[in-house]
Amino acid sequence: MATSSQSSPAVTSSPSSFSRRDGSINRSRTVGTLLIYLVVISAGILFALPFLWAIGSSLKPITEIFKFPPTMWPTEPRWQNYADVFQIAPFLRFIINTVYITLFAMLGQILSASAVAYGFSRFRFPGRDMLFFIVLSTMMLPWQVTIVPTFLLFRFLGWINTYFPLILPFFFGGGAFYIFLLRQFFMTIPRDLDEAAKIDGASSVRVFWNILLPLAKPALATVAIFSFIEHWNEFIAPLIFLNSTEKFTVSIGLRHFTSSAFESDEPREAILMAASLITALPVLILFFAAQKYFVQGIVTTGLKG
Amino acid sequence: MQAATTTRHGWLGSPIQRREALEGYLWIAPWIIGFVIFSLGPIIASAYLSFTQYKIGGSPEWIGLENYRQAFFVDKLMWPSLMRTIYYSVATVIFGVSLSLVAAILLNQEIKGRAFFRALYYLPSLTPIVALAILWRWLLQPKVGLVNFLLYQINVPGPGWLTDRNWAIPALVLIALWASTGGGRMIIFLAGLQGVPKELYESAEIDGANTLQKFFRITLPLISPVILFNLILGIIGSFSVFSIAYIATEGGPNYATWFYMLHLYYNAFSYFQMGYASALAWIFFVLIFILSFIQIRLSNRWVYYEFS
Repeated sequence: MATSSQSSPAVTSSPSSFSRRDGSINRSRTVGTLLIYLVVISAGILFALPFLWAIGSSLKPITEIFKFPPTMWPTEPRWQNYADVFQIAPFLRFIINTVYITLFAMLGQILSASAVAYGFSRFRFPGRDMLFFIVLSTMMLPWQVTIVPTFLLFRFLGWINTYFPLILPFFFGGGAFYIFLLRQFFMTIPRDLDEAAKIDGASSVRVFWNILLPLAKPALATVAIFSFIEHWNEFIAPLIFLNSTEKFTVSIGLRHFTSSAFESDEPREAILMAASLITALPVLILFFAAQKYFVQGIVTTGLKG
Repeated sequence: MQAATTTRHGWLGSPIQRREALEGYLWIAPWIIGFVIFSLGPIIASAYLSFTQYKIGGSPEWIGLENYRQAFFVDKLMWPSLMRTIYYSVATVIFGVSLSLVAAILLNQEIKGRAFFRALYYLPSLTPIVALAILWRWLLQPKVGLVNFLLYQINVPGPGWLTDRNWAIPALVLIALWASTGGGRMIIFLAGLQGVPKELYESAEIDGANTLQKFFRITLPLISPVILFNLILGIIGSFSVFSIAYIATEGGPNYATWFYMLHLYYNAFSYFQMGYASALAWIFFVLIFILSFIQIRLSNRWVYYEFS
């Protein structure tokens, strides 16, 4: 940092009256930049520390869990904790269940959100703008307002403790945010393309499937990623609609496991931490693999106002 | 233009227009069906149920406004749970929205490793809520937790956090801030900041404006619609706080984190009072509606809209 201010030529070589002014601006710039780095890095440490602690703790043997002062890393990492997760609870079952639900719900969400977005972006019909406004306002509707009748409906259909309530609704519209995102994206694709195809006699299904969807791949990837994370992490719906352990998803399985782990005699915090990390892992991997789609998704929606 | 062409052929327009409209309705039909079954229908049904006594297994019995009388004047847990929720909401929204804005401004600067820091800040928001609760329950453990250990290093006696009646809500606010500051809210602010034209800053610099002036005169007015958006969604989200309290404290200690949504959840799914729970849901719905309406109304005074 000292070298950067020395190497700045403005301070040393220019005539006196200008050099003082330039020098003070440079100095206040450098101080400002330093301050920015200081804050950015400290906040970064605050965000990273709990993750590092979680990884360290997940490898601690029982003897080190309640040691004071606490240690970040165990002296002897106990990898067995990760194997124990699958011994103590049917965690593999939970993972398979969650994969199953997530894939089908994602499929429904992508298909129906893109179809609806196509309808809103390419056709003129009475009430379209009002209906689209309603789509957007459902984003502000908290789940708690509709949960009781929805539960009663699924109960009436005999779907409690099945995966229908967790999958089926996503085939109907697929969520306001995704419709909005895809509609915004479709609007950026020139209409000439589908008009030309229509003149050649293509039906709207063909235009949608063969022209718009292939062009919308980046936006569909964004939807797929957000949708995956939403369903993988979903807690409330499985909590309300599932009640037998063998049907549990990772989220409620982990919670179930938390309460039973605390009832046992020996402390199982380290194993719980290992289980938590296993739960979070797919989402974290996806995030690092597909990072650009996260920001891109928000930018294409043009949320800047 | 559109209106003119439709009127020429009457409300339904020409056969081509009629066909286009029909196709449009067909494409959005999945959403219409979903909206009627999973949003509009349940809202109306819960309005009806809120006037009935309905225990699962029986049939709904009309009792008029009894559930609302119960909620407002009899239920000893309702008002305190609402007050707690407001306390939590005010704290998370004020700190959360301003911290996210600060983070977005910092990560919008030309700094080295910017992409890395953006990813790092975003990471906590991806943690599954149960994992989040397990992790923080341990970090905030009064005796051997990392947070109190660090406080002890600088000679501050750490509180009992989640186990202490007075500290449980601040502890949940802390967890929420860690988890959400760098999440979607920050990304939305970043998108907003990138939408501010660079020329404005350049001409302000030529006029001799300093950093603070640029921030208050250019940045803040131009991103005010984004701030409003984040405020409205932030208030709705924090009023709906449920999962973290349900997992980390189960409403305790001694009801200290028994938020409105926990009250609703336990009434519906533990006591199976579906009628009463519906009344609680409708009170909530009206409250959220009024709050959003007030914000949008007040926003005329501070939100700046560009002419487009």
